[in-house]
Amino acid sequence: MPTLVSHPDEVKVLSRRFGQGAANIDKYLELDGYKAVQQAIAEGPAWIIDTMKASGLRGRGGAGFPTGLKWSFVPKNDKAKYVLVNGDESEPGTCKDHVIFREDPHAVIEGTMIAGLAIGSKLGFIYLRGEYRYLLKIVEKAVAEAYERGFLGKNIFGTGVDFDIITQTGAGAYEVGEESALMESLEGKRGVPRIKPPFPAVVGLYGGPTVINNAETIASAPHILLMGGPAYAALGSERNGGTRLFGISGHVERPGVYELPMGYNLKKAIYEVAGGVKGGKKLKAVVPGGSSCPVLLPDELDVGLDFDQMGKAGTMLGSGGIVVLDETVSIVEFALRVISFYQHESCGWCIPCREGTDWIKKTLTRVYEGGGQKKDVANVQYLAENMMGRTFCPLGDAAAMPTLGFVKKFRQEFEDYIDGKKAGTPIITEQLHVGAH
Amino acid sequence: MSAIQNSIFTPETAARFDKLATIYPMKRSALVPMLLYAQDELGYISEPAITEIAKRLDLFDLDVRNVMSYYSMLRTKPAGKYNIQVCTNISCMLRGGYEILDHCKAKLGIGHKEVTADKMFSLEEVECIGACCWAPAMQVNYNFHDDLTTVKVDDIIEQYRQGLGKDVK
Ligand SMILES: Cc1cc2nc3c(=O)[nH]c(=O)nc-3n(C[C@H](O)[C@H](O)[C@H](O)COP(=O)(O)O)c2cc1C
Ligand code: SF4
Ligand code: FES
Repeated sequence: MPTLVSHPDEVKVLSRRFGQGAANIDKYLELDGYKAVQQAIAEGPAWIIDTMKASGLRGRGGAGFPTGLKWSFVPKNDKAKYVLVNGDESEPGTCKDHVIFREDPHAVIEGTMIAGLAIGSKLGFIYLRGEYRYLLKIVEKAVAEAYERGFLGKNIFGTGVDFDIITQTGAGAYEVGEESALMESLEGKRGVPRIKPPFPAVVGLYGGPTVINNAETIASAPHILLMGGPAYAALGSERNGGTRLFGISGHVERPGVYELPMGYNLKKAIYEVAGGVKGGKKLKAVVPGGSSCPVLLPDELDVGLDFDQMGKAGTMLGSGGIVVLDETVSIVEFALRVISFYQHESCGWCIPCREGTDWIKKTLTRVYEGGGQKKDVANVQYLAENMMGRTFCPLGDAAAMPTLGFVKKFRQEFEDYIDGKKAGTPIITEQLHVGAH
Repeated sequence: MSAIQNSIFTPETAARFDKLATIYPMKRSALVPMLLYAQDELGYISEPAITEIAKRLDLFDLDVRNVMSYYSMLRTKPAGKYNIQVCTNISCMLRGGYEILDHCKAKLGIGHKEVTADKMFSLEEVECIGACCWAPAMQVNYNFHDDLTTVKVDDIIEQYRQGLGKDVK
């Protein structure tokens, strides 16, 4: 069960209701729940989209696309339109949506309704990964409560507006988190991604225009409408409005999910908010935004946690999952563990990803097991470079980018390892099963 | 009146399936949830379950099988009554996930995807389960256990063995 943490530097917008029993609708109402959606009904779609644009909110699923802009792309035709909430949360190092679903499920419901109003949709889906059964039950209960009160269904709040929500569960597949694969999955198919264009805003679920957003993005919407776009934007940094939930894990003293302003200093997040490296050990590296983000070195941490600053630092903000590695970690081993995940999760649809992840894993396994050859490091880099931008969906990049980060920034360590000088203490005790399937 | 005569599922599950087939804009959307709920009831997805679900959704058995093979949680063979799934992905790995996995293997005397002789437990090494900040973590069926130590794992296994462990359905 998630342990809630707290730090004075946190700015609690999204997490304002955490720990207060807001999964119960009465408590949620007491804490300003369902006010934003009623205002949204009164003010209309243009006002919602303008407010979202002014807030500077960017998608919390990983890519950081401006949410207001995404909503504005939906054509104004009379086709059935859909809102799809992405709660597949499977990027290693990421557990923030977990906390939202558990602590504030009504915020996800209210946000879904707001997105629906903005684009003229009458039906929203909240999709949770299959492993999150206990959270699905919490969300289902919250949805049932909202129906009982007349907040969902026909004529919501007596305003003449109709809106329904269906909850949905996956059954284990990282790739299904990719937006078009998620739509395939929701249509009862294998989670193989679709070709783009057309983009989901034009042709999405069941062929209708669809807005797909991460659960945290959606849960932010009610707060933004209540406080106003500019006020929300002012909490963050330039072009990166508001706050977000950062999960800090790995070798830190106080791991946990913290809500920090966009642009907050990464070094401070590790050393002050999360209490620094566990056991006073030396820091070796940081994976800043989930396992697909290129690694940062200790002298690269003086950077603001927002999409643009992290991009400039040569990495990504991603899903906000910061993973801290101390001096005992072998990067060879860590890189192998990361690529094993992507090799396992590659859907196999396109060759550069299917073969690339497999060959990188094979090569790194050989190095790890002591049979590495001098050319292996260059080979891994060559494979990863040739996957970049050449795959059907971004999973290929997600596998190549961290690999490139490891072999470029820790080249010497790989070479020494091959020469028999192994750094770090091995963690993996047996042969890697993951990927064996 | 169920939509299917002589359903192999309990009346509650059959009723749930009846409803699931009606709520989506397209019937087939109920497929993945149905498979998961079928597995929860039967312990795995059996041949008769495939046939019934296909019938309920106007699909061929082959369509169902094709989808099933994509999702790692869906299985065609029974697991133990309590399926222990230990995460060894990055955040857990750094905080002892492999130690927890090895401990489970030694304690239960089984390996990855194996079942104990009494069919009480099965073990699986899994990818990130979304509990990274409370690592190392594992799931027993759908229930999360985190901040694990080997001592804590012993206690959890004992609880389930005695039928006192929590199960989320
Ligand atoms: C392989 C892959 C996995 C993804 N997994 C997730 C996920 O688990 N949750 C999520 O919200 N977005 C995930 N995304 C991003 C989605 O495709 C999509 O960009 C996002 O849901 C859009 O929402 P946002 O604009 O609110 O961020 C994934 C993308 C890729 C390529
Ligand atoms: S990049 Fe990988 S996951 Fe994406 S379609 Fe190709 S094989 Fe599948
Ligand atoms: S890495 Fe183990 S739960 Fe995420």
